[in-house]
This record gives sequence, structure tokens and C-alpha cells, in this order.
Amino acid sequence: MKKDKSAKPVAKPSEGLMDQKLSRRDMLRLTGVGGLGLLLGGTGAGSIIAARKASEPAPAALAANADTIPFYGSHQSGILTPAQNFIVFAAFDLTTTKLAEVKQLLEAWTTAAAALTSGSLIGNVNDNPNLPPSDTGEADGLSPSKCTLTFGVGPAFFDGRFGLASKRPSTFADLPAFAGDALEPQWCGGDLCVQACADDLQVAFHAIRNLARIARGTAVLRWTQEGFQRTGGADPKGGTPRNLLGFKDGTGNPDVTDAAAMQEIVWSGSGDGPAWMNGGTYMAVRRVQLRVEVWDRSPLSDQENTFGRYRQSGAPIGAKDEFADLNLEAKDAAGRPVVPPNSHSALSHGDGSVKILRRSYSYSSGMNLKTGQLDAGLLFISFQKDLVKQFVSIQQRLAKSDMLNEYILHTGSAVFACFPGVREGGYIGETLLG
Amino acid sequence: MKFNYAIPTGLLVASILFTGCASNDNNNNNNSGNEAAAASSSNAANAPASTTAPAAADLTSAIEQYRNYVIEQCDAFVKMTESFTTAVKAGQLEEAKALYAPSRMHYERIEPIAEALGDLDPNIDARENDVDPADWRGFHKIEQALWQNGTTDGMSEVADQLLKDAQLLRAKVETTDIDATLLVTGAVGLLNEVSSSKVTGEEERYSHTDLYDFVANVEGAQKIYELLKPELAKKDPALDQTIGERFTALLNELAPFKSGDGYVSYETLKEDEIRKLSQNLDALAEPLSNMGTILGV
Ligand code: HEM
Repeated sequence: MKKDKSAKPVAKPSEGLMDQKLSRRDMLRLTGVGGLGLLLGGTGAGSIIAARKASEPAPAALAANADTIPFYGSHQSGILTPAQNFIVFAAFDLTTTKLAEVKQLLEAWTTAAAALTSGSLIGNVNDNPNLPPSDTGEADGLSPSKCTLTFGVGPAFFDGRFGLASKRPSTFADLPAFAGDALEPQWCGGDLCVQACADDLQVAFHAIRNLARIARGTAVLRWTQEGFQRTGGADPKGGTPRNLLGFKDGTGNPDVTDAAAMQEIVWSGSGDGPAWMNGGTYMAVRRVQLRVEVWDRSPLSDQENTFGRYRQSGAPIGAKDEFADLNLEAKDAAGRPVVPPNSHSALSHGDGSVKILRRSYSYSSGMNLKTGQLDAGLLFISFQKDLVKQFVSIQQRLAKSDMLNEYILHTGSAVFACFPGVREGGYIGETLLG
Repeated sequence: MKFNYAIPTGLLVASILFTGCASNDNNNNNNSGNEAAAASSSNAANAPASTTAPAAADLTSAIEQYRNYVIEQCDAFVKMTESFTTAVKAGQLEEAKALYAPSRMHYERIEPIAEALGDLDPNIDARENDVDPADWRGFHKIEQALWQNGTTDGMSEVADQLLKDAQLLRAKVETTDIDATLLVTGAVGLLNEVSSSKVTGEEERYSHTDLYDFVANVEGAQKIYELLKPELAKKDPALDQTIGERFTALLNELAPFKSGDGYVSYETLKEDEIRKLSQNLDALAEPLSNMGTILGV
């Protein structure tokens, strides 16, 4: 079902690859990453020439543009969308206590989001010398860069303030404490979230900046985190991106083009909870600091045992192919499991019955002034239809015995109920507030 | 204070004369207390070319009233500064400290005017690293002596000079051009002053009386808003309402920090209290920056 979103016309058809036969695994791999997944639509380079005047509202035809991901649809984009190069994540707190003002904010955000994701300027006061321009301008003339904006509400949204307590999905609450958590309030929670992703950091920043500006007086920023992965340009073959520990990250993700799997893993459906979440999903965000200095001192075999995978190929230990099934039963000559049971892959995989869709980004926030060490890590983001059954059950196993714990520190945590998609003429969160 | 703040005095008369407001009222439909809607309504109001309907916003009375306000504040400023500098020269340390912040409030309320008057602002209000050490004079030099050094010694000349500068300001405002653009940009300028130096506690780094300046800047902006309000309410009632509400919200946020006739030391504010003040200030400054809508296109 996501073909229309994830299989966009190609920017630069590379003949060699077009000729090759792609296995399902290849397709999966390609669609799982920004660049080459886009091969599959096959179209001339002309389609990327986004001829448009910045001040003009995006015509519907723009949706066909390779650099544009449609904002409207039955699901929000930025969830199954192959991860773009950059993220700017922002959690907001509402300062108003009036539901009507929240609704006005979401309506204003909807209008702005439609402009931001199509690369047009926000508002129509951009040339009045007496007034501050309605768009801050730094993305003027830039391509939409596959910008997606994904909106959600946190559990706090359902406290007493707005009279919505009865609408809270029954299992939707702040995450329980996990062993080893080192959470800092400055990286936790939020009434609202906006995940801005784009292939250009300036485009993503511009989106958050303008949404925060529009929110002034109604909501304030609570915390933000920027993130990145290797760019499509740096990896034209579009392999699985590596995290900052040097390992391929995303291999074990479910196939986003498999509509049935996505219905089972990601989308809240009828019978899964309140009707207003039909077609929506729940997002778990964890800001995980990496102790890179410590990691860098560990021998390769320790590193590989930690993940249960080879660093170079990404294949499970004992296998050759990155996408080979994790065989947790395999034993070596001495009868010991080939993939260490406490490795990150083995533990997070479990019996394979519980899956989540991960969509994480690396972050680098300068250095820690106390230690002189790098402040770098993973902005872990996953989508699932049930936070407790999926994310929490996996993270409980990990927190208890993951070999990776020696090298990581969970410093931030938040969960959000991401609304179903917005229909044209509607607004973000309409199913909840309408 | 802000030295490189260029007031576009030239724009004035033209913008007032050609202001039309006939096509305005139909644009104010999606009113709301939220910034976005406020911005869009004021934005929409400016989109159509309003070349017809020369029912020009008459701001002459607002400008006249503002001039009176400025003069009034200047008179009080000179008087208070005289008491302050007298105390400094008489070596009355505690008396001088008590007069310091209240005197400055009159100045802070009309800061954009002083800034438009060339060197006066740096002479009166420069902080230690704002100017060449040899040129440093004015309030903050005395502030440093009173609080950091705990003495009035050596401040006699600085005090005399300060009073002279204050009197010069008073003389100059009499003839200063005040126009609608200065009013509109001045209101936002006052709030920008707050967010760039008062919020951070850098303005009054020895005395920590930043809240006095904070409040005075806000009051100065509020005065301008009140003078422009009749025109604004005609042109964009939603924007007017939003600005009014945000002033109230900010002043409510400031109220708990009152102490006697003045304000508590900025050092006693907690980080989250400061952040909240700053966010309320931004929430106000954003719609306030759209007051230019009454100037027409
Ligand atoms: C800094 C923190 C983390 C790092 C560096 C990390 C890295 C990795 C890597 C390299 C893999 C193997 C490749 C792959 O299958 O994608 C993996 C797999 C996985 N991780 Fe993580 N991860 C982290 C945190 C988490 C957390 C918090 C969860 C969820 C609670 C999680 C859930 C998973 C799952 C479900 C898999 C796939 C297992 C399977 O094959 O079925 N990870 N992770």
C-alpha cells in the first residue's frame, strides 16, 4: 500500500542497477533507506527538476515530484516513509488550557505543514515592508527535500486540562521505569510532538522553527533533538545505514511495503483501541547516549558479540548474508549458542513474535564539558500499534540483560499517539478534537 | 540598550498618509487567541492592494500622546537621576543603591527614543564591555562601584556627567521626530531589549535589578500598544485582542516577583521561572510585531 509513498520516481536512474534483478530482500533493503529505494518507480531525471515559484501554493501535481512526499493521506507520512537524511525532533508543551486554542493551533499547523512539505512559503505576508514576513525564509527556493512532518500527542495531553481524559487509549501512558534508566527531565515527555524529517537539515529545521513560531502563545518547546544518518549521496547503493557504533542498523526491520505486516505491527485498527486512533500509531522515543570512547576500546569480537552480528556485513554471527534469518538455535562445536543469547539482536528478536518498526537517527550534540568526551548517540524512534505489548516488552528484556547496556545510557524518553493521516480540508488530530 | 539599532525615521509620513483601512474588516474572520490565527488574519489584511479607500489611519493623535508620554518620562527621569547622583556624590551608599533601579525605569520605558538619539544611549546605559573602557560612563559604571566595590568613591565625576546626559536627553526629545513607524518598531524593540539582555540577567550584572528594567520595557511597549489600540482594533480586532491577552499574561507572570515598591533580585529566580517569563515574552512579541499592519502596505 505504501508503494505510492516509498516508491517514488528515481532521481538519477543508474542503469546497472535498473538491469539487475532485485530479490525481495534487496527490495526491502532498498526501500528501507533513503536513496535507492526510489529506483523502483523508474522515471527520467526531468522529474526532479522541481520548477516552481516559491510563493505559489503547491499544485496537486507536485505530489508526483520525487522530492515531495504527500502530506495528506490515510496515514501520516514520516512513519513508513524511508528514513530521510535528517531529523529535527521537537516536543512541545501546551501553555493554553483552552481546547479551542489547541484546535486552532493544530489547524494552523496543518496549513503550515501542507506548505512546508511542498516547499512553498508559509502564509501570504512575505513582501510587506511593514510586517515581519510570515515565513522565516531560510527554505525559500529549496526543494521540499522529501520533508515529512509527523504529529502526535503525549499521555499528558489526556490529563485534566482539556477534558479529554476519557479519550485516552487505555494502555497509553508514560513508559515504565526500566533498569539502568538515566533519564533527565530535559529530554523527556511533551504534550505534543513534531517529527520533521527531510533530506536537507535546513529544510527540517525551517519546519520546526516555523511551527514553534506559529505555536507561540499556545505551546512552547519542551525539548528538541537533531539527528542524521549517512546521506543518500554518500551511499549511492543505499545499503542499511550504520549507527555510530559502526553497525548496520535496521536490518531486522519489518518490510514497510508489506501492508498486512504494517497493519499487524504499526497501524492501530478498528478494535485496537479508540476509534480516533484508527490508522494512527504509537511512537516511542528514547534518547540514548553512546559511550563511544568505551566502545572504541573494545575488541571487534566483543563488539560483534554485543550485537550478535558481524560488523562488516551485518550478517548474524554464523551466517554470511546480512538478511539471513537470525538462527538462535544454532550451536557451535562446544554446544554454545552461536549468537550470544544476551546479544542485542537475540534479545530484541526474542521468539520473533513481537516486532516494532524502528526509524532511528544518530545524533551528535558537541561534547560533554565535564568529561571532554563526545556527546553522541542514537535518537531511537519506533512505531508500533501497542506500546506495552511491543516496545515495553522488548525494552524490558533489553534493560535487564542486553550486552549493549555497558555502552549506552538512556537519557531521554517520550511516547506519543500519532494521529491517523490528514485528509485534504481536514486538520491534524481532527478525529480526536473534531 | 542596543547601539546599532537604526530607526527608519524616513519612512514615517508616507506610510501614515497612504494607509488605507477600508478593505480590512473583511479579513478578520478567523479570530482567535492563538498567534497563528492572529498572524494569519493580520497577514490576510495586508494581502490585498489597498490603494483604494484613503481612509488613512489617523495616528497623529497617538503620536502626540506618545510625545507627551516621552516628555513626562524624561522629566521624571531627570528628577530621579538628580536624586540618585546627589546621593552618589554625598557618599550615601544605601540611598544611592535604593534610587538606582527606580530611576532607570523611566529611561527603560522610552529606550527606543533614546536609542534614536545617537550617542546618548551608550553614554547613559552602556555596560562594561559595550564600549571602549576609556569611554565607559553612565549608570552601569556607578552600578559596578556601588555593588561590586561597595563604595561611591571616585564616582563624583561620573555622576555629574550622567546627570548632564540625562538633561541632554530631556532637551533633545523636545524636537525629536516621532512617527508611526517609530512607535510600531519601538514597541517590539522594547520587548527585544528584554529578551536579549534582561532575560539573561546581563543588563544589571552587579545589582541584579534586571526585573525593574524588564517591567519598565514591557510598560513602555504597553503604552505604545494602548495608543495604537483604537486603530488596531479597527484594522485587525483579532490581533488587538491577542496582544491585549498576552500583555495580561506576561504581567501576571511578573506579578509574583514584586517586592514592596520594587522587584526581587534577579538572582533569586529559578531557571524554569526565567524560561517561563521568556516564553511569555516571546508569545507577546510575536503578535506585537504584526502591529505594523496599521501602517498599511
Ligand atoms: C543505542 C541503542 C541501540 C542501538 C545502538 C541499537 C542497534 C541495533 C542494531 C545494530 C541492531 C541489529 C541490526 C538490525 O536488526 O537492525 C538492532 C536490532 C534491533 N533492535 Fe536495537 N539498538 C538500540 C536500542 C534498541 C531499543 C531501545 C530497542 C527496543 C526496545 C531496540 C530494538 C531492536 C530490535 C527489535 C531489533 C531487531 C531484532 C530482530 O532482528 O528481530 N533496539 N539494534
